Parts: sequence; structure tokens; C-alpha cells
Amino acid sequence: MELLAQAQADLRLDANALDYFLVAFYFVLVLGIGLVARRSISSSLDFLLSGRSLPAWVTGLAFISANLGAIELIGMTANGAQYGIPTAHYYWIGAVPAMVFLGIVMMPFYYGSKARSVPEFLAIRFNRTTQRVQAVVFALASLLIAGVNLYALGLVLEALLGWRQSVAIPVAALVVLSYTFLGGLSAAIYNEVLQFFVILALLIPVTIAGLARVGGYAGLVEKVTAGPGGPEQLSSWPGTSITEIANPFLSVFGIVFGLGFVLSFGYWTTNFAEVQRALSAKNVNAGRMTPIIGAFPKTLVPLVIVIPGMVAAVLIPQLVTLKAGGATDVTYNNTLSLLMKEVLPNGVLGVAIAGLLAAFMAGMAANVSSFNTVFTYDIWQDWVRPGREDHYYLKVGRAVTIGGCVVAIFTAYLAGSFSNLMDYIQALASFFNAPLFAIFIFGLFYKKMTGTAGWTGLLAGVASAVLVDLLVRADIINVSSQAGSFLGASAAFIVGVIVAFVVSQFTPGKTDEELSGLTWATSTREQRGQGAVAAEDAGWYKNPVIMGTAVLILTLVLYIIWW
Amino acid sequence: MSDRNKAPAKAPLSAILFDLRSVIGLLFVVYGLVLTILGLIGTSAEDLAKAGGLDLNLWTGLVMLVVGIGFYIWAFAKPPLPPDLDHVDHYEEGGPMHMGGHH
Repeated sequence: MELLAQAQADLRLDANALDYFLVAFYFVLVLGIGLVARRSISSSLDFLLSGRSLPAWVTGLAFISANLGAIELIGMTANGAQYGIPTAHYYWIGAVPAMVFLGIVMMPFYYGSKARSVPEFLAIRFNRTTQRVQAVVFALASLLIAGVNLYALGLVLEALLGWRQSVAIPVAALVVLSYTFLGGLSAAIYNEVLQFFVILALLIPVTIAGLARVGGYAGLVEKVTAGPGGPEQLSSWPGTSITEIANPFLSVFGIVFGLGFVLSFGYWTTNFAEVQRALSAKNVNAGRMTPIIGAFPKTLVPLVIVIPGMVAAVLIPQLVTLKAGGATDVTYNNTLSLLMKEVLPNGVLGVAIAGLLAAFMAGMAANVSSFNTVFTYDIWQDWVRPGREDHYYLKVGRAVTIGGCVVAIFTAYLAGSFSNLMDYIQALASFFNAPLFAIFIFGLFYKKMTGTAGWTGLLAGVASAVLVDLLVRADIINVSSQAGSFLGASAAFIVGVIVAFVVSQFTPGKTDEELSGLTWATSTREQRGQGAVAAEDAGWYKNPVIMGTAVLILTLVLYIIWW
Repeated sequence: MSDRNKAPAKAPLSAILFDLRSVIGLLFVVYGLVLTILGLIGTSAEDLAKAGGLDLNLWTGLVMLVVGIGFYIWAFAKPPLPPDLDHVDHYEEGGPMHMGGHH
């Protein structure tokens, strides 16, 4: 009990020299990867798209790791502590169907178009203006989100190791800069795979030790049932606590349509930080397998994120007080670090700190590497300075990496001025992802959609999401911020599609020949990925449809277990 | 991470050692060894109490060691092949995903 009293006074982890050695060893390897990856870079495509040479297991794990950032770890353990099992919706219905859809339906169009970025795909399907509008919007969004990652890292370094934020933020930016600058996307992706395993080496021991402390899963069930959350925290549906919608039917509808369709499909199928990982795969089949391979760990990760959150909420005295509505100096955002401090001995603690730092860098590196691809190809090469030799664009790519990291330091301070980081992120997602998804999916299935319709639909979608956000903030629309971002995303999607449809009636479109392989109606079975497979891609475990179905079944089984 | 200029039939040792699987293997073997030794000689009663009676360093160390060695075995059993440029060109020109039009 003396130990617990101390914990109350101080959030700082008691890392010793051995822990620091383990953290330092990790950083040496990370920078080493950058140096080694550098040897194989000879063109801008190598630097920005890894020369399209990576095997599917690498891109698949990077796909999931790019998303398994710090905000995810901190935010989802916090949600696990606060809401329990319903948090898993963010992983199951909120990610897996969209990832499978990306792999089976959309990836043949992306990869087959040979576009190097999502904006470039828009140029091929629609026109240059649509490409430029999206490139500028995306570049802005990447820098803002990189800033959020960096700021969150600064917060954790301050809390865990006692570094001042004014030191921690630039130092973290410098490390991410070093390896992306040296090794380009290959280094970023290789590190993401390394990070994936280190993050698991953080989460699994925390979960096992935490469960051991509360008497196993049975002990956890007993304590949660008796606690302030009650038994509803042990079942996923109807999830009224996370949607903040009291009516169970509307709550289920909100989860399925809002989270499972608009937000999730918008994020997973069009966010270039994700799609870029699939585009760097070695062939179209590996590209299609990328999100599907990523979906397997995605279904299982909540077991080691949500469960430790729930353990912390019954084990850590401050969190027990918080959950019961009492006064305490911690917030749910401290859940993961409190649990690490509570259950991990020195040694494993060092591995866990390395994992936590890895998670922060994963998010920011994904933002930076996708930002420099879009800036170099879509803004610089296709717009501002076309027609130079490739070597010039390789240099631009490197310079932009430095610029992006410097700007991220400033947007980190901007992020710090928002009181609730999760609200900020959700608002950004409704602004940037939902409108893009609207014109993307509409353009895929409606071949008459024109180039002008592309960019007007996109801008109209962004404008309506911003408008909804302003109305929610001004309390003119009276809903929670969570429901507000769902509303904003839905408005962006619906307005985007309507505007695109109306504008298409008055502007000239492309011929079927120009659209070959770009829309569902104007593509052959082969172009849709339904034709014969190459010999090297034979086998059920390389078949996107079989593996996609398997991961959907796995998700269903998990839902049945935690119904 | 293989050298593209040479295309030997067998992957050189350096290509295997710098392959991503070997890098993950190295990290996990080093972490595994340190934690296993620490778990064997340095586990205090307080450490045991923290993890609910489990020797967490020892078990985490052993599992990481096994995973790390597994990655090395994988890297040596299926060494990275340098990209076969002839094959790639063939695939793009005559393969099933050939797209007319752009590019």
C-alpha cells in the first residue's frame, strides 16, 4: 500500500539505467535502418514510394502500424478504462470492413492506375484541378496531424521521463526527421514494422501482468460488474455509452452507419498515409493483400489495448476514484502510463517505454512520409515545377521532409492550444476524409461524374463539415462533440455526392475509353482484380477474397464472444 | 534492402543480415537475452508482487528470445531475392494488369 501512496504523488516512471539502455538500443536500430535503406535509393520513386518493391507482410504490418500511433494507444486504453468492451467497435466494425473493402474492391483501381498518390489518382479519374485541391487539403491536414502526434509525444516524455516539452518536441521531430530523411519511405515503413512488434512487446506483458493482478479474466469480469460501469461495460452492443445516444436502436444505427460506414470507410480507403503503404507493395496482389493482412492484427489488438484499460480502471486507485465520480489529479488519458508504472518491473519497463516512443514516431513518420510524397509529386512536379529530371525531385523530396518536420514543430504548439486532443482529431477527420471518400466512391460507381464535379463536390463537402463543426461549437446544434463529428462527416458525404451529381449534369465528362480501368462500369474483370492470378500469387493465403472473408468471420466470432 | 545492381542466384549474407526480418530478430534477441538474465538473477519480491506473482522479465525475455530466433530462421530459410527486373517488366507489359491509356 505504501507503493500505491507513492504512485499517487508522482506519475513519473521509475526507469533505471538498464531501461534507458534498452530504449537507446532501439533508437540505434531505428537510425541504422535509415542508413541501410539509404543504400538502395536511386530515384525519387525509391525515396517516396519505396520503388514499389515491398512484400505484402511488410506493407500489411506497416499499414496497421501507421495507424497504431500514440494517440491510438493513449486514447483507446483511456476509452477501455472509461467505457470497457464497447471501445472495441473502433477496431471491429470501425475498421475491418473498410479495410477488406479497400483490399478487395478499391485497390485494383488504385494500383492499376499506376498513380503514385491519391491526388494523382484523382487527376487521372477527374482532372488537374481536383488533384490540386486535394493535394493542398491533404498537405495541410498531414502537417496538422503530425503536429498532434508530436505534441502528444511531448506530453508523454514530460510525464514519464521528466523532459520539458520545449526540449522533447524538437528532439522527437529530429529523430523522425533523421530516419525519413536518410531512408525515405522504405525506412519509414521498415521502422513501422519494427514498431509494430515493439508495441506488442509493450502491450502483451502489461495485459498479462494486469490480469494476473486482478485474478485473471474472471476476476476482471467480477470487479467490472460490481463497479460503477456495471455489466454493460462487458458487452459490445448497443454501446450507448460510447455513442452518447440513449436510444439503443439509434445507438446501434449510429455505430453501424456513422462509425462503420462514413468515418471508417472515409479514413481507411482514402487516407493517403494508409493507402501509400499498399501502393508501395511489389505487385497488385500484394497491394490488395496489404490492408487485409493488416486487418488480422487489427481485430486482435483490442484484446491487449481495451482489456488493460479495463484492468487499470479496477486496479489503480486514482482511476477507481475517477470512475466513481470522485476528485483526483489524474485523467483517463493517464491510464496506460499508470498501469505500466503499477505492474511492470524494471527491464520490461524499458521495453515498454521504447514501445511507447515507437508508437509516437510511427504516427508522425506516416504523416511526414505521405506529406512529402504528395508535396513532391502533386504540388511540385505536376504543378509548380514540371519537367525536371528525376534527380531534382529526389532532392525536393528530401528538402520537403526537413520542411515538414519543422512545420510540425509549430503545429504541435497549435495542437497544444486545444483543450481536448481527441475532439481536434475527430474534427479534422470529418473535414478531410469524409468529403474525399464521397467523391471517390461516387466517381468509382458513377461513370458520368465529371472533372468539375470532382473538385466542386470535394470543396462543398469540406465546407459543409466545417459549417457543422462551427454550429456544434456555437451550440446551435446541441449534440456531444463525438456525435458532432459523426454529423459533420455524414453531412460532408451527402453534400459532396449531391453537388457532384448536380454538377455532372451540366459539365462535360470523360469517354469510356479515357475511363478504362478507372470506374466499375468501364473496367474489365481483369482490371477489377477478378481475372486469372499470376503463378507467384497462387494459393489461398495470397487470395484477397478468401483472406478478406476469413478476417470478417474472425471479427464476427469476436463480436459473438463479447456480444 | 538488397543490392539491385547485382543479381546473384543466392542472396549474399549481407542481404540476409540487413533484411528487415534479421533487424527485428536482432532487437528481440538482445531484448530477450537482457530480460531473461535479469529475470533469472535480479527479480526482487517487489517485482514479483507488481506482476501478480509472475516473473515478468523472465517470461517476456524467453518469449522475445524465441520470436527473435524465429525471425532469424525465417530470414535464412527464405532469403530476400533481389527484384528480378526482367520479370517485373514482363509483368507490366504483358501481365494481366496491363492498363492502356495513361502513362
